[in-house]
Amino acid sequence: MSKEKFIPLQKLCELYKVEMSFFSGLNDIGLIQISLVEESHCIHQDKINDIEKMIRMHLDLNINIEGIDIAFNLLQKIDELENEIITIKNRLRIYEN
Amino acid sequence: MAFIDYYKILGIDKSASAGDIKKAYRKLARKYHPDLNPSDKEAERKFKEINEANEVLSDPENRKKYDEHGKDWKHAEEFERANQQQRQYQRGQQQSPFGDFGGGDYSDFFESMFGGRTSSRGRTSSGGGVKFRGQDLNASLNLNLKDVFETHKRTLTINGKNIRLTIPAGVKNGQVIKIKGHGGEGINGGPKGDLNITFSIENNTKFKLDGDNLHTTIDLDLYKAVLGGEITVDTFDGKVKLKIAPETQNGAKVKLKGKGFPVYKKEGSFGDLYITYQVIIPKNISEKEKQLFAELAKLRPS
Repeated sequence: MSKEKFIPLQKLCELYKVEMSFFSGLNDIGLIQISLVEESHCIHQDKINDIEKMIRMHLDLNINIEGIDIAFNLLQKIDELENEIITIKNRLRIYEN
Repeated sequence: MAFIDYYKILGIDKSASAGDIKKAYRKLARKYHPDLNPSDKEAERKFKEINEANEVLSDPENRKKYDEHGKDWKHAEEFERANQQQRQYQRGQQQSPFGDFGGGDYSDFFESMFGGRTSSRGRTSSGGGVKFRGQDLNASLNLNLKDVFETHKRTLTINGKNIRLTIPAGVKNGQVIKIKGHGGEGINGGPKGDLNITFSIENNTKFKLDGDNLHTTIDLDLYKAVLGGEITVDTFDGKVKLKIAPETQNGAKVKLKGKGFPVYKKEGSFGDLYITYQVIIPKNISEKEKQLFAELAKLRPS
């Protein structure tokens, strides 16, 4: 496992002023996957966008971990529905003009 | 430069307490937060507005200044000259938590009255060497349907940088393609973000696209429809000869397998082309034709 691609959670805790328990909670609920890299708990750098989003929801909007889980599920559903709308709109173009 | 009513934006009156402001702000922030409204430009605009309103009203010093001078802010330049030194105060310590969204994007009114913001939370040099992936960038690309019939390369200029990318055949209208590593620069040596390109595809052809299948209607003269024959029809990329069966009905459809649109990311695979025949009844017929039709009619009394 290449350490280069991982960000230690400790650093994120310091930077964003969040408790380690916040990340543990996200891990327990399945929203993130904590990996052990060279004896430190890390997350993959590709997940940083989602994790920053979760941190913002938590700190800025006072949403707890369960709420973040719900918000992410709903956002995923919105994304799927938006894609469906695009497909349906494209099909409707057949009947236009 | 227009005056902005920050109280109105937050839906509170001038006597609102600090608690009322916080409550109103949080309620609106939950509604318009960009993380909860992805790709919604209107929500993003509203969020910036409420963010700005909160930044002014949640800070007693800013609020006082706004209440005293806000409406008379036509004399901004004079005021600025007189208070140039005062404007150097540190704003970074009491800013909104939404640093990643609002940074540097304030109204002229705000900039004139309070100056620019000096720092933002999170992804700053205070990160102590933590590597961060760069921001994802969004762009849209307008193409014609003909442009996406074949895979081709195209150079786009995004934020002043030329990016050469391959546009796969069969990409759909509204489809978003993520180009990894072509977004914003990473921080502290972190990887670059991604570039999300939304395709807007205009169809100016006589073909209608349904998934990967194409549909078109062609005119068929009455005699060929009745007696059968051969015609040449346009497909999306050329012409084909078609045999018309005798007694072809108006509205009859034929399917030309593999003559439709390319299937996205499945090289050599194509949808089908559906042709609908529209039988054309002759107009301005001569006396002789009339007689002959009458004779035909007698042969098939209805």
